[in-house]
Amino acid sequence: MLAVTTDPSQDWLLTLFKVVCVFAVVMPMVAYSVVAERRISAWIQDRIGPNRVGIPFTNIKLLGLGQPLADGLKALVKEDFTPAHVMKVFYWMAPAIAMVPSFVVLAVVPFGSRLGEQKMVIADLDVGILFTFGVVSLGVYGIVLDGYASNSKYPFLGGIRSGAQMISYEIAMGLAVVPVFMLVGKLNLGAVIEYQADGAWLLFKQPLAFAIFLIAIFAETNRLPFDLAESETELVAGYNTEYSSMRFALFFMGEYAAMIAGSALMVVLFCGGWTLPLGDYFNMPAESLGQGLVHIAVFLAKIAVFLGLMIWVRWMLPRFRYDQLMNIGWKRFLPLSLANIILTAIVLWVLNS
Amino acid sequence: MKVDRTKLTWWERLYIPSILNGFKVTMRHFFSWKRSKVYGDKQKSYRAKTTMQYPEEKWDVPTGYRGAPYLLKDVDNNTKCVSCQLCEFVCPPRAIRITPPGGGGVVEREGAEKMPDEFEIDMLRCIYCGYCQEVCPEEAIYLLKDYAITGESREELIYDKEKLLELGGADKRAYDHHAQDGVAEGVKKWETKMREASEQPKFH
Repeated sequence: MLAVTTDPSQDWLLTLFKVVCVFAVVMPMVAYSVVAERRISAWIQDRIGPNRVGIPFTNIKLLGLGQPLADGLKALVKEDFTPAHVMKVFYWMAPAIAMVPSFVVLAVVPFGSRLGEQKMVIADLDVGILFTFGVVSLGVYGIVLDGYASNSKYPFLGGIRSGAQMISYEIAMGLAVVPVFMLVGKLNLGAVIEYQADGAWLLFKQPLAFAIFLIAIFAETNRLPFDLAESETELVAGYNTEYSSMRFALFFMGEYAAMIAGSALMVVLFCGGWTLPLGDYFNMPAESLGQGLVHIAVFLAKIAVFLGLMIWVRWMLPRFRYDQLMNIGWKRFLPLSLANIILTAIVLWVLNS
Repeated sequence: MKVDRTKLTWWERLYIPSILNGFKVTMRHFFSWKRSKVYGDKQKSYRAKTTMQYPEEKWDVPTGYRGAPYLLKDVDNNTKCVSCQLCEFVCPPRAIRITPPGGGGVVEREGAEKMPDEFEIDMLRCIYCGYCQEVCPEEAIYLLKDYAITGESREELIYDKEKLLELGGADKRAYDHHAQDGVAEGVKKWETKMREASEQPKFH
């Protein structure tokens, strides 16, 4: 399957194969990040967490690693209840719309160097980052549509909050990334990784941009401390309130897929993508199949680190108040990221003249 | 009402001290690996997980807990119940049904005139009030510590005599059950009963 094909008419097959592979990796990652979330939260709260489900129909428990199977089965067989007061079409569309953008983002993320002759990216776009921001901001539609369609006060408030929050942090996030591309000179995500090869991670060159981007990703994915859209202590379950069964699970999976997409973006933009500062083997595009797989593994490991961070933070920090959220977004991050752009521009101008 | 807000310093307003503190606290709890028993000493240690692995570990219920009523046997492994039917009459939800021996029936031990042919308790009806234990002159029925009565059908949860006797066990267990926490009243009553029983004239 990974044989060298130079015939352009076969490209769509390879692309399709890559799409299937990315799905096959990301879906289990979503499932297991849910398990990780539950286990880590349990440990932080002095509990043990789900440790029972192992291989079905046996007594092998495997530390509870079979939990996604049980969760999935439960979500599928539960009653899918549609309240009478909802707007049905939008209500049915919303979970899909919430989930799709997170996966579409992954299309432009280079998740490895190459396997054989193939670049390990589904769509090697020259406007990669613009595409990403365009798609990421679509994620809010799912939640806003849900809040509108649910026709009930809690999802409505959740949707409004989510909309406002996403818009506020989208700007800070976009501006935070501008210095990265001033340094790199290209918008292609592959080029960003090339620039960072051999340890010149933009995390060290642009710590402020990284901090703002990280926090904005938290807000974009509706994770604590910015989960005002869900905020179960105030809004019951926010946008999830009217949903049950598999539709709820779709929102849930969408959230985790968005976390993975956000982590992938952070890894690509600031942490060197699939590269490691350990010599040429980890920095040059792969020549052998094994090297290519190692690069993919490095990339996945880096994503796992960020996922762990996001999960940990959720159980560490309390939720921001709405006005605090807006203050931080507009009054702190926006000016800071603008200042960062100007500072980077000045430094580049001085260095180049 | 005027709420006094503490004026935060510039450093504090960066949220960084709070984040570091939160990290410290979560780290400490995350690495608390020690397994612990339910209640008891584990409550004193923050380095212990609080989860009880339920079906394997169970609550150690306090003395005087009214669990499921079971029938007891005496030290010689004979049924203590004498089929007086007081518990049946006193039972508020009518969960107990006793079939008396009528004319015949087996008498297992000395000092008793008859034994129940059948003794059924419907665990779904039982309200664990303890009246049966209170009223029993022979201390043959006891509310033990079982609190998780489960079954797959209604019929399964009507416990018959054999099952009740098996679950209740010998009176030694009842003795221990109440003696272990230093509560002596039940025990004394039982001892008195035994003395009275031994002083009764023997019919043979």
